[in-house]
Amino acid sequence: MRLPAVIAKRLGYALALLFAVLVLNFTLLYLAPGDAAETIAGEAGGASPEMLAKIRKDYGLDLPFLDQLYLYLLKVVQGDFGHSFYFDQPVTTVIFENLAPTLLLVVSSLLIAISFGTFLGVFAARRPNGLLSQIITVLALLGYALPVFWTGIMLIILLASVIPLFPTSGMDSGPLGAAGFGYVWEVLHHLALPVLTLSTIYLAFYSRLSRASMMDVLGADYIRTARAKGLNERVVVFKHALRNAVLPVVTFAGLQFGALFSGAVLVETVFSWPGLGTLAFDSILRRDTPTLLGILFFSALIVIVANLLTDLAYRLVDPRIKSAARA
Amino acid sequence: MTESTPAVPAEEPVVIEVERPWREVWRMFRANRAAVAGLVTLLLIVLVTVLGPFVYPVDPFAAAGPLLLPPGEQGFLLGTDQQGRDLVIGLLYGSQSTLTVGAAAAAITITIGILFGALAGYYRGWVEEVLMRITEFFQVLPPLLLAMVVVLLFSPSIYSISIAIGVVSWPATARLVRAEFLRLRELDFVKAERAIGARNARIIWTIILPNAAPPLIVSAALSVGIAILFEAGLAFLQLSDPNVMSWGYLISVNRPQILEAWWPVTFPGLAIFITVLSVSLIGDGLNDAFNPKLRQR
Repeated sequence: MRLPAVIAKRLGYALALLFAVLVLNFTLLYLAPGDAAETIAGEAGGASPEMLAKIRKDYGLDLPFLDQLYLYLLKVVQGDFGHSFYFDQPVTTVIFENLAPTLLLVVSSLLIAISFGTFLGVFAARRPNGLLSQIITVLALLGYALPVFWTGIMLIILLASVIPLFPTSGMDSGPLGAAGFGYVWEVLHHLALPVLTLSTIYLAFYSRLSRASMMDVLGADYIRTARAKGLNERVVVFKHALRNAVLPVVTFAGLQFGALFSGAVLVETVFSWPGLGTLAFDSILRRDTPTLLGILFFSALIVIVANLLTDLAYRLVDPRIKSAARA
Repeated sequence: MTESTPAVPAEEPVVIEVERPWREVWRMFRANRAAVAGLVTLLLIVLVTVLGPFVYPVDPFAAAGPLLLPPGEQGFLLGTDQQGRDLVIGLLYGSQSTLTVGAAAAAITITIGILFGALAGYYRGWVEEVLMRITEFFQVLPPLLLAMVVVLLFSPSIYSISIAIGVVSWPATARLVRAEFLRLRELDFVKAERAIGARNARIIWTIILPNAAPPLIVSAALSVGIAILFEAGLAFLQLSDPNVMSWGYLISVNRPQILEAWWPVTFPGLAIFITVLSVSLIGDGLNDAFNPKLRQR
């Protein structure tokens, strides 16, 4: 298939997925026990009877399931994801205010995990039983078994309290902070510990993946040919092998985005990072269901976009892929 | 046949054929020191969890001494937390929730995963198309967020938490099982079974599935570890059963005081880490035992 056709097909599929997310969101709300109007208003908020009556009317809570679903979808198409009674604002407004910090955290963690992980993996692959390989094995075990929120708290105790190198929470120093380049530095300073915490898990994963992939590639015939030609070992490894070894890393980068979001919820809560994760945690405490469902929808949207981009990137990196074959 | 060789009991050849591979796996597993250490640690944790409430029959939520007492003082081995609870008691009772949810959620994950993967991989065609689209749909939703929504809407209890974790983590298992079925269904022993007219259900559950067991067992071990981490994460986000003590809950309530008191957060976290680590070591050990040739990897 040619590229425009592939993109069109992928976009159609992405829209179908988004539609499914909305149906799931609504079904969960519908199935939840208790008075749906109170759930929507937020149990902890203690909505007034008039407000509950208004919600029942707005949401058509006395109608059959399919009618209600239709009304819900109609609103969503118009950009209305419900009203957060806690903030007394549309859910979309609340979410957009928290979107950028989350993207900053997630994307920088992913980039650091991939680049540093690939670097480690490539060097480890040249000595499958060497010290670096063993370090990666240990790292992978730690990355799997450490609860990420606990790692974050331990880092706060160690690097923000015992040795006060980094701030413990937030994204900047508030209204008294610096402006311009000073502000950028301030944000980076606050970003360091959350990114370190979140990227540790995936660092181990990517170093393991790229090590295995690199070992495969280094055994291939064309590498033997390149070596037989008398090429410099560095050129063989970094020019001939790395390019092919990096393919599975690209594939997984897209697939992992959803999992990365899950980790971000915990890490943001630990560091009070003002993103969607902290908002999700606060929404739990406030029983603010519309906001939580909105976050679920928008994070699914981001994952879908990330998958689309990965798919396109994959086609650019590997010209052999022409058809729309699924993994 | 039985009468012509009286020295050998009739059932023996069958027994040898069934048991030998598993005995070999156990031998390989035993030789792996890290895996054995993991197994011993996990068994100890299970033992302590089962016996703990009999040795200390107390309310784990009740205060037992002064607030935030450092470890070792006034006879509190691990100190007390910000509500004066004995952390030894907290850890003892917290493992119940961890192990129960870990096992139950992993069971749900494996069941849904096998069902989806087996049917998709065996029948192929439109069945595979539909089932794998559903799998992909679940992979698009950030698992923790979906679990948070489910637990919040259906109010936190051991049941809702186990179900939520199981429901969000099965796609990886389904993909694994499908890949195994796609591979195995083309092999001769399956074709032979089909040729003699065996029903599909028999081929799926009694012929192919047992042969897919090795990777499934390894993935089950990993699922338990992931489920434990999820349970702890949800409890940390204050989504835990209010009547059941849990390690994540202890970390969550004591987090505001971390700069004054490190111990009420550090010990429960270590407990989670050690539990998941031992599960993971067992999983790695099984993986190596099932695939001795891949060991260098």
